[in-house]
Amino acid sequence: MNHPAKTLFGLGAEFPSAAALLEAAKKIYAHGFKKWDVYSPFPIHGMDHAMGFKRSRVSLFSLIGGFTGLTTGFVLIYYTSALNYPLIVQGKPYFALEPSLPIFFELTILLTAFGTILGLLLLTLLPRLHHPVFNWDRFQRATDDGFFLVLEVADPKFDPTASRLLLQGIGGTHITEIYQDPEEDPHPVRAEGVA
Amino acid sequence: MRSSDSSAQAAFAKAADYLERRPLVSNHRPLSWITQHVCQIVEERAPKWWWILTITFGAMATLVPAMLTYLVSTGVGVWGLNVPVCWAWDITNFVFWIGIGHAGTLISAILFLTRQKWRTSINRSAEAMTIFAVICAGIFPAFHVGRVWMAWFLAPVPNANAIWQNFRSPLLWDVFAVSTYFTVSLIFWYLGLIPDLASLRDRATTRLRQMAYGLLALGWRGSNRHWTHYEKTYLILAGISTPLVLSVHSVVSFDFATSIVPGWHTTIFPPYFVAGAIFGGFAMVLTLLIPFREIYKLHDLVTDKHIDNMCKIILLTGSLVGYAYSMEFFIAWYSGNPFEIYAFTNRAFGPYWWAYWAMITCNVAAPQLFWFKFCRQNPWVVLAIVMFPNTGMWFERFVIIVTSIHRDFLPSSWGYFSPTWVDITLFIGTIGLFNFLFLLFVRFLPIINMFEVKGITPQADPHAEDHSTSSNHSTHSDPSLSTRVHA
Repeated sequence: MNHPAKTLFGLGAEFPSAAALLEAAKKIYAHGFKKWDVYSPFPIHGMDHAMGFKRSRVSLFSLIGGFTGLTTGFVLIYYTSALNYPLIVQGKPYFALEPSLPIFFELTILLTAFGTILGLLLLTLLPRLHHPVFNWDRFQRATDDGFFLVLEVADPKFDPTASRLLLQGIGGTHITEIYQDPEEDPHPVRAEGVA
Repeated sequence: MRSSDSSAQAAFAKAADYLERRPLVSNHRPLSWITQHVCQIVEERAPKWWWILTITFGAMATLVPAMLTYLVSTGVGVWGLNVPVCWAWDITNFVFWIGIGHAGTLISAILFLTRQKWRTSINRSAEAMTIFAVICAGIFPAFHVGRVWMAWFLAPVPNANAIWQNFRSPLLWDVFAVSTYFTVSLIFWYLGLIPDLASLRDRATTRLRQMAYGLLALGWRGSNRHWTHYEKTYLILAGISTPLVLSVHSVVSFDFATSIVPGWHTTIFPPYFVAGAIFGGFAMVLTLLIPFREIYKLHDLVTDKHIDNMCKIILLTGSLVGYAYSMEFFIAWYSGNPFEIYAFTNRAFGPYWWAYWAMITCNVAAPQLFWFKFCRQNPWVVLAIVMFPNTGMWFERFVIIVTSIHRDFLPSSWGYFSPTWVDITLFIGTIGLFNFLFLLFVRFLPIINMFEVKGITPQADPHAEDHSTSSNHSTHSDPSLSTRVHA
């Protein structure tokens, strides 16, 4: 394939199985690559460890969401029932913990869910409708039964010849140069929006 | 000596064979078969039966706006409820539908946390069912308020009266619980759909499909840098949905339990309602899943084992519900409170005796058939049996609500509730709406969670070869991984 107008994004290789991809990922990680990724139709057990990931930070967003929900619940009930318009209903106190708990609970859950989803979108930089890997014709199988590994040109360790040999050496097949569309930034900043 | 060894070995082999877990995807189907088999349902031309059913149920669903328009334009009197029975079919239907909505989140959250891997084949359709059931449920309390154009008073926004909501009322808790449940269930369902929508996008043959599924898939590309966050997100949502699903029907039961009405004022209500909701929800999951399993030949994905497991859950929760019924009677007698005793005697032997015994037959007696293996193995027998819980759970809510209030403290105001044609037609309309939405779901979204099913197949286990090459599992760095082949 020859795309003179397009810039090279990376080098992709296909692997026959989840196990083969896991082994390959371990070796790529051992080589010290930083900008690379594996693609599979389902999460592969042990892959996070093989790629050297630390714990996902999504839970931090959940925690923030949860606290926001709890605070919202408290402020909402206390402000409306005890401060803004105190009203005696059935002789009950303006504010008490017991009847407030269901609302606290529900708002905590609701905003935890919002926080978690927001965290997921921020951490994965999704939605992002196009990406250079989609230019690879074999890549459609990543959501079916294909297992792929892509080394990016942006990685300081990347070398067109050596990296190709490396991918061959660890059992990759269909090694293909993946090009990005002109003016497409492979690593967009969130604010620049959806490509 | 040798012969006794061999017979012992044979017995051991037999026991091992009996104990071995059956794979959750039968016939060693390859990954691409799963994609093809599930996506094809959405991709093929809509079959004739689909059009017939969808149009029929769609027409039935139009009864909902028709009856609501009639109700609003004429007045709430067109419903049969009146003093002393001020909560009747509308609240019965609300609790009925919201109860059905519980199986979906139970399967997606609680069975996920407890690592019940068989959930993967059924969670998608059960979650969809949850959402549609909650939509049907929401209609009733919204119109039960009487002046529906003032239903926004339930939301804590400033209004011209300058009065805020009464946060001490369980009815307001219910508003928060049900709307949170709907929102979180929807988020959870959509999150699970993203990788499968990407599968549909990548298989799309028309531009329209590619655009529609592509937009919905958010550009998902199966990257492990995404999967790591995705799995965490799924885990957290499962974690928060577990107390949520238990809380929703508990809060619904507070609507009754915090009152002083004999028959409602019982502490057993929250767990009793939750057990009943799971019971009715699983019955509805089976009702929907068994026909579609036959039509689309999903036997390798939704195996007999899946149906067997769900039948056992129905048996368990049905027995819990039966226990709750008898415990209510015991406590009524044990309390020595004449009003309490009367409420329950009246339930079983009063004017609504037929509803009570229909409930007992459907919810307590019928599920006991699931003790027999034959009844759990034959899908058509299962389908016949689960129609009883489907009906019985409606009767349960009717019994609880109507029999408790139709004879209140002052005998001069006792009454007997009968539904009007508007009550009946509106309920039929919601049945149409529920089925209509489910048929649309079957047609446009993958009814099986493909990526999760792929993840529990033997070939998805990257450590599978370790089992065949070394007989000693302890050589593996993490022995718990070795259990991943069979779920």
